[in-house]
Amino acid sequence: MKTSKSIYLFFLPGLFLYAIFFVYPTISALFYSFTDWDGLSSSFQFVGVENYERAFTGDTVFRKTIGNNLKFMLVVVVFQTLVALAFALIVLKNTKTTIFLRALYFFPTILSSVSVAFIWSFIYDPSLGILNQLLELIGLEFLAQNWLGNANIAIYSLAVTQIWFHAGQMLIIFVAGLQAIPEELYEVAKIEGASKWQTFRNVTWPLLAPSATIVVAYTTIQSFKAFDLVFAMTGGGPNNSTEIVATYIFDIAFRSYQFGYASAISVIFMVIIAIITYLQFKVLRSNRISY
Amino acid sequence: MFFRRFSLIIYALLILIPLLIVVLTSLKTIQETFRNPLGWPESGFQFENYSSIFQEQTMAGYFLNSVIVTLFSVSLTLFFASLIGYGITRLNNWIGNLIFILFTLGMMVPAQVSMVPLYSLMLDLNLTNSLLGLILVNIATTLPIAVFILTGFMKTLPKELFEASTIDGAGNWKIYTKVAIPLSLPSLSATAIFLFVMHWNDLLYPLLFITDNAYKTLPLALLEFQGEYSTNYPMLFTGVIIASAPMVIAYVFLQRYFVAGMTAGAIK
Repeated sequence: MKTSKSIYLFFLPGLFLYAIFFVYPTISALFYSFTDWDGLSSSFQFVGVENYERAFTGDTVFRKTIGNNLKFMLVVVVFQTLVALAFALIVLKNTKTTIFLRALYFFPTILSSVSVAFIWSFIYDPSLGILNQLLELIGLEFLAQNWLGNANIAIYSLAVTQIWFHAGQMLIIFVAGLQAIPEELYEVAKIEGASKWQTFRNVTWPLLAPSATIVVAYTTIQSFKAFDLVFAMTGGGPNNSTEIVATYIFDIAFRSYQFGYASAISVIFMVIIAIITYLQFKVLRSNRISY
Repeated sequence: MFFRRFSLIIYALLILIPLLIVVLTSLKTIQETFRNPLGWPESGFQFENYSSIFQEQTMAGYFLNSVIVTLFSVSLTLFFASLIGYGITRLNNWIGNLIFILFTLGMMVPAQVSMVPLYSLMLDLNLTNSLLGLILVNIATTLPIAVFILTGFMKTLPKELFEASTIDGAGNWKIYTKVAIPLSLPSLSATAIFLFVMHWNDLLYPLLFITDNAYKTLPLALLEFQGEYSTNYPMLFTGVIIASAPMVIAYVFLQRYFVAGMTAGAIK
């Protein structure tokens, strides 16, 4: 059945704002990436692919930020997913205690990144922080560290913070996925005399794969974009060891006013994210199981 | 069994202890924090940090700015996204699909990609240092996810309902307000909470567009406390508590909706 033409009016306000404040700036990023614009003066020159060349060949810091991003992403994706899955399996059944615990584990998700950054800066503080004091208490004071000041460790300290921040959210996604598995399948497995491991391997895991893929995809994107946390905790330091692509774009655009170059980096960033998202959606599709 | 219970408790403590430290530290003086950073306040609870943060800072102003920006961003995003969701559902043709794809593509673009040109656009439009500017950008950047969730939901509603209303002579606006919106309330409330958390906590756009104290929102103000109070954690944590209070209170009462909302974007 046809609806009246007035339906097109429904798109107007949203499309209008979306076009001006989202589509247009995103496309102009592509345009500015071929210029040497400094963001302030009214004139700029076209420089061809010079910015891209510089990003790929001349800029060692950029290479480092990509490496940092991958390190951060890998640690967060692997450990956050494992933690979330392991705990989801424990708090799966709905009882008063598990419902309370799920709500507690989820709690950090609702805080702002800045708040989480302050909390963990205090935990990591070399002299005041609980982490070093705890290590001292259990006789491991040789492990005590300047957790955010040590260039070899800082990125992992940030990854731990990110996991504390978001593992509860992923846990809830797993619980939703696990609870959707029909109870009968477990009963069949029981009747057939399957062991705990066999049940997990043959019932839980294959049916869990879709939510696992969602968690991994979501975590990957989330960790790729972890701008706020890094910005508030280390600002990319010490010695660029925690600089990730997002904070690097901010730095070159708003601290050294190389808008053209920052645009080129952001285009590359977008392409990387698009590729990752595409790959994950492909895996997600192929993993889909119906029952 | 013991091991399971033990790990549950450890995880619970990992969440609770940092939160307890935040609350206790906000009730200590700075001198005591340095002497006794983790213990119970020795000389009783001090509420001075709370009174002095309101005296030294335009805290009430930041708070009000956050409320205004969040309220308008959430409600307008929901309004516009539900209009679009309804439109796509009713059109059910290639134009609708195209619009849907246009918005979903936006979910893949990180905010950092467009921030540089967006900044100069905002300068040109005279929308920096303005709450309106923040609201407009917030709407534009969260429309993709909101359209995605709401369209997905509205497409599952029975078509016959809309068609019956059309036969009864109801126009699109009437069907939207009387049929589509009431039926979409579960999805709308989940999206609302998702947006509420996102907008209340947003740092990037205030950081880019706001320099004037009169227009700062809580996360930006909080970030700048770091420069001002440095390692004065009692002050910083007092700020954290004030900034998180509305969210925490809402979470306690609407917990189920929070969990639904914060996972809706990921699951769908």
